[in-house]
Amino acid sequence: MKPTSENQFTTISGHPIKELYTREDLSGLDSERDLGRPGEFPFTRGVYQDMYRGRLWTMRQFAGFGTAEDTNQRFKYLLKEGQTGLSVAFDYPTLFGYDSDNPLSQGEVGRCGVAIDSLADMEALFDGIRLDQVTTSMTTNAPASMIWGMYLVTAEKQGAAWKDLSGTIQNDILKEYIAQKTYIYPPRQAMRIVTDIISFATRHVPRWNTISVSGYHIREAGSTAVQELAFTLRDGIEYVEYCLRAGLQVDDFAPRLSFFFDIHNDFFEEIAKLRAARRIWARVMRDRFRAINPRSLLCRIHSQTAGVSLTARQPYNNVVRVALQALAAVLAGTQSLHTNSLDETLGLPTQDAVRLALRTQQIIAHESGVPNTVDPLGGSYFVETLTNEMENACVDYFNRIDAMGGMIEAIELGFPQREIQEASYQFSRALERKEKSIVGVNEFEAEDEKPVEILKIDERVAERQCAKLEHLRSTRDGARVRDHLSALKRAAQDSANLMPFVLECVRSYATLGEMCDTLRSVFGEYQEPAIY
Amino acid sequence: MNERKIRILVAKPGLDGHDRGAKVVARALRDAGMEVIYTGLRQTPEQIVNAALQEDVDAIGLSILSGAHMHLFPRIIGLLQEKKMDDVLLFAGGIIPDRDTSKLKELGISGIFPPGSSLQEIVEFVKTHVRAA
Repeated sequence: MKPTSENQFTTISGHPIKELYTREDLSGLDSERDLGRPGEFPFTRGVYQDMYRGRLWTMRQFAGFGTAEDTNQRFKYLLKEGQTGLSVAFDYPTLFGYDSDNPLSQGEVGRCGVAIDSLADMEALFDGIRLDQVTTSMTTNAPASMIWGMYLVTAEKQGAAWKDLSGTIQNDILKEYIAQKTYIYPPRQAMRIVTDIISFATRHVPRWNTISVSGYHIREAGSTAVQELAFTLRDGIEYVEYCLRAGLQVDDFAPRLSFFFDIHNDFFEEIAKLRAARRIWARVMRDRFRAINPRSLLCRIHSQTAGVSLTARQPYNNVVRVALQALAAVLAGTQSLHTNSLDETLGLPTQDAVRLALRTQQIIAHESGVPNTVDPLGGSYFVETLTNEMENACVDYFNRIDAMGGMIEAIELGFPQREIQEASYQFSRALERKEKSIVGVNEFEAEDEKPVEILKIDERVAERQCAKLEHLRSTRDGARVRDHLSALKRAAQDSANLMPFVLECVRSYATLGEMCDTLRSVFGEYQEPAIY
Repeated sequence: MNERKIRILVAKPGLDGHDRGAKVVARALRDAGMEVIYTGLRQTPEQIVNAALQEDVDAIGLSILSGAHMHLFPRIIGLLQEKKMDDVLLFAGGIIPDRDTSKLKELGISGIFPPGSSLQEIVEFVKTHVRAA
């Protein structure tokens, strides 16, 4: 980045960078204590000993649009093209627990993801895909228990055993209040759902990643890299504390916690961020929570290249941005990766654009030689210094949030929200002053831009989805649905684990909207203070 | 006559929670000396038009990234016409593909600011068009 004022060079987050880093900068670094070997405490150099020599990262493209049938076709295409895991994007009504025929869903059905109203849609989504043969990640938070319930029942109907299922549900409600804003219930009630899921999975679906603690949305909302790191890991701490309070043993559930980070433009800052994340998490789990199981200490990471870095102007430039970001993620030791498509700032990606994004990962994996050795940047004066600085800044944030009483309290005070807002506004101002550059936008603009093809969502998706719902409501056993919804309501009023009740509702083909409304009637709905 | 500050409603119709752009624009307009009311997320067309009426605003800035703009914007425009508020300046930002831009301008959205628009450009647009009206 160029100098922001006299002789000052900074990362995209505003962190100052020196002209040269030398051995002097690492005088406080104890390589045994602070780096270790890959696969060993504190995992700075990677969570596994042989990393990509043993197995490449999972190439997992987030996909979903239209009806379950439309997305099923896209999934089969991606698997055929060499993708190694699935990742489901749901539309907004599904993220908020509204059925497709709810008036609030108008104009939104199938648009930003796939529309799922009931078990019938989930069965169609995975038609012809054996759920014990793939791993699936599902970006669902407020209604996570119901969506995951639909997945479990679909697997059951395919004849797959729950113990053989593997995948991830995002289930990270805290970052919804902080950044992404697809919450339904108030935070404390929502935390009960999160811990119910973790507790149920620990007993019945042991290979499932129960949560993907996410910095991605925090960063996309405008945070700095350090804020992303700190708020995400502090969210992780909050989940561990709530699970312990719910009576779980740390080493029973901690191995199935996973993380999700954004990979933005600033190459070395992003690499340092993931390396710092692993070290901080290992230390937190060992020192703060006394975890003993080595797998409890692992910060396993899914990465996605930064959507916010893509530009609508000169969209082909995005291919280059994504390639650099993906390279940073691999050099940083990610476990799985989504590469954005060049057209994602204009709409959902076309099939060709998705293939190019997937090929970008495949070229890094199979042509660049980068995966041949583990943590090739380990020991770099610069990268290690940046890693240390990020850890220190992150721990400062932990202390401030601890002093507020924890993350829920910090959210209620609006603390992370305000920090992000301020960073986002400062960055926009820096762009206006051209202190930071975006090629093709505030520098190197072009007059003769060629438009790219944009995916158009079939306008009849909503109609088809509403017709399916009408059919479902007229053919299912209505009395059975009502009974199970009442049982769910009573369980919510009491303190029972909600998962078994949700599963019964799902099996009776209760809709997502009916289940969420049932919990809304007990838990209420969250209204955020509009801070700007 | 024109001593009063420009009053603007920044509104988020639709279900998406992407409020980064709306908030940055709200703050830039406020820093430029305007009075800004931000609705918060997930406002129905009815809620937006009612807020605009109650707050007696000169302009409404709509931000949406979910793709539902072709459903929601015409409803907002229809409601404004019903309430005889056609003089309120409308502008919009978010993920709005080029193919929809001319249609929306015809309907009465005077300015459309895609990703990458400069804050200064938006401020100038509002100042010019509200005063002109």
